[in-house]
Formats: sequence, structure tokens, C-alpha cells
Amino acid sequence: MLKTRVIPCLDVKDGRVVKGVNFVDLVDAGDPVEQARIYDAEGADELCFLDITASSDNRDTIFDVVARTAEACFMPVTVGGGVRTLEDIRKLLLAGADKVSINTAAVKNPDFVREAARKFGSQCIVVSIDAKSTGPDRFEIFTHGGREPTGIDAVAFSKQMVEYGAGELLVTSMDRDGTQAGFNIPLTKTIADAVHVPVIASGGVGTLDHMVEGVRDAHASAVLAASIFHFGTYRIREVKDHMKAAGIPVREE
Amino acid sequence: MSVAIIDYGSGNLRSAAKAFERAARETGFSNDIIVTDDPEKVRNASHIVLPGVGAYADCRAGLDAVTGMVDVLTEQVIKGGKPFFGICVGMQLMSTVGREFATTDGLDWVAGEVVAIEPNDPSLKIPHMGWNELVLDPAGKSHPVLNGISDGDHAYFVHSYHMHVSNPDQRLASVSYGGDLTAMIGRDNMIGTQFHPEKSQKTGLTIIGNFLGWKP
Repeated sequence: MLKTRVIPCLDVKDGRVVKGVNFVDLVDAGDPVEQARIYDAEGADELCFLDITASSDNRDTIFDVVARTAEACFMPVTVGGGVRTLEDIRKLLLAGADKVSINTAAVKNPDFVREAARKFGSQCIVVSIDAKSTGPDRFEIFTHGGREPTGIDAVAFSKQMVEYGAGELLVTSMDRDGTQAGFNIPLTKTIADAVHVPVIASGGVGTLDHMVEGVRDAHASAVLAASIFHFGTYRIREVKDHMKAAGIPVREE
Repeated sequence: MSVAIIDYGSGNLRSAAKAFERAARETGFSNDIIVTDDPEKVRNASHIVLPGVGAYADCRAGLDAVTGMVDVLTEQVIKGGKPFFGICVGMQLMSTVGREFATTDGLDWVAGEVVAIEPNDPSLKIPHMGWNELVLDPAGKSHPVLNGISDGDHAYFVHSYHMHVSNPDQRLASVSYGGDLTAMIGRDNMIGTQFHPEKSQKTGLTIIGNFLGWKP
């Protein structure tokens, strides 16, 4: 049976973890690779790095992070943040990333997703859908960290991205991100039910029950969270134990 | 002793190389791991690995585009009996024919065809992506490369097409996903995995380690 994936995400800026708890077993809590090793040992099913480096001078720092992770962790690694050109994708894959997550560039130029899938294969193209509820059964794509509305319908856009070759969608509830109030279930469910590719639910996780809701109620194939793992609120094992108790198949080994 | 991972423009080979390096270290085999598009280096290697991501036809075309590579593979694997490991589309290319978009001839080392996954449960997502539990076939239970692997061990998959193996003795393992899908094939000196051993943590490293010590 295919297992529901639990994916910790690390926010990385200039090659360093932005926020995080200082686990006692870490030599350097700011080193993303140290954090990745912990998640690996705890049974994470995949890893995600979100690169939020602002300065283009420091953009290359992520390649070193990915390369060092690929030497230490033998699980799938997705990298998002600032993926704008085919060359960006090529460099990340060569560094050792398995998938890249495309966000703003997909909204600005949907054809970029088609080109990327054609060149590198759908298996490594994740499209990141940042959306909010803007009315009953109305979901809209937002950019710039949820500040800029685009007028684009999130469900129609999701279908278009799959048609263009996205192998997976990362659906972030921007009206929930950082609130710890749980996923936007109607948003995630509507998209998950509308496409044939796996959907990763993201944004707003605060409790173990939220993880269960993302799968049971929103029909996501995977759940992604950053803060609850960064801050040590919950360990990956606790999340998996809780999901298992709720009847969701998870990988335990 | 050297392991040649064939580079024919199909995807990122760094993680595969790193996993083989780690498995070689852990199992004490002093294998050099080389990533190469040079048929001569493949000829001189002790073990040959054919990775592959993307579409069957693209991978076949990519392999054919490397002058002399298919000839050396045939010479070393079929005539020479060298241990061979196909990964993902690299495994699929071992089949007779692929039916992804177009009909494409494979290497025809393991009789069978590669067709779209059509799960009997329409709610199942395509691609089949993530960790699934291996179910060993009779031929797999006694296979040296699966030494230490049990039913229920997890491997990481990402694929939309799968292989129907004509001879059941040449299927080593399957997974359940709206019906059963081929997870691993093998005959004589060759094996292939639909899953990614280089992404499958302990299960993957065990299989790679076994492959490095395999004397078919």
C-alpha cells in the first residue's frame, strides 16, 4: 500500500536555516544539512528546502546545501524558491535535488512549466499553488507571500499546471500560513479532487489533528509543515503515530 | 573493480553515484564509482548501472544517441555476463517494448511491455509517487540481491508507466496500487528496479550493497 508522506520543510536564507529550535543533538542548528539529517533519522518521507535568499549574490548558497544533503540523506529532496529559468532547474538537479518547486514563475508564465516538464520530466516538476479563499467556493492565487492578489482562479490554474506537465502540486493555504489554525480544507480538497496528480497540503499546521485533516478531509497525498518541526513542537515520529492511529497509512521503519 | 553509471542525458546522476559510493563504503567493497558516457569505460567496468527518468522513448533515443553504447551494453551484459542494474526507466528499457506515447523498442532482455498504470480505483493518483511496500515474488525471495529485504520493506517510487513481465520467474517483487505493479525484475546477471534505490534509504542501500557483492 502507498503511504501518506510527511514532509518537513526548511526555510533557508543565505545557506542558513532561518528559524529553528536548537535540538540538543545538533552541532550547528543553523546548518540546513544538520537539520536534514535529523529529519532523515526521524523518518521523514521527503525533505523540502525553501530558499528565501533575497540577494542574487548569495543565490548559489543553496546549491552547496543541496549537494551536501545529497551526500548524507538518501531520500527525495525538493527545492523551491527563486526557480525562474530552465538553467535554475538544471543547476538544482545537478546539485542533487530530485524535484524543484515552481511558484511565481508559473503564475507569470505558465508555459515555463510546460518547457520545464518537457525538458526534465514531470517527475521533478512540482508547481506551488499559493491561494486564499476569496468567497464561497472561490479560491484565488496570491503572490508575494500572500499579499498580492492575481485574479487567477486557483482550481483552474491547478488543472492547467497539470495539463502542462506538473507531476505534483504543493497547495499552500495562504490564509492559514503561519496561523497554526490548520489547512484551508475546502481549497485543498477542491484542488485535490480536480487533478489526477498527488497534492501536498501545506500552510497552517498547528496540531497533530491538522495533519490528519489534510489527508482525511482534504484528500492530500502528503502533508508538509515547517514551523511545528522547526520549533520542536512535534517530532516527525509523533505526527506519524497520530496519523496511524487515525487510520492513515504511514511509513514506519 | 569499478561501477559505471551510464550518463546519457537522463536526469540527475549525482544522488545515484552518492548512494553507490555509500553502499560500497558500508559493505567494504572497494569499487570506484564512475558516471560516464564513454562506452570504453563501460566496457572496462565490473558492474554496469543504467538509470533513467522521463519518458521511455526519450530515454531510448538518448541511449541510442551515445555512439556505441548499446553495442557495448549488449556485449558486456548479454555476452559477457557482467552484473547489470537498471533503475526506473533504466529498468523499463530492459523490456521488449514501451508504449508510452509511441511504441518504442526496448533492449528486449526481459520479455514484457511497459504500459500506462491504470488503477482499478479511480481515486488513486497518477503518478504512483511515494513509499510503497515491497511484496517479494518467489524468484525474489531467493535472489541474492534481495538478501536482507523482506515483504513490507518500503521503497520510493515515482512513475506513471509500469512493466508487465511475460515470464513470472523474471519478476522479483511487486507493489500494490490499484492492482499489482512490477517493482523489480531480474534474470541471470541482470536486475532492474522500478523504484529508486538511491532514494529508498536503508532498503535501497541494502539492495545496492548486495548488487556490488553479487557474483551471478
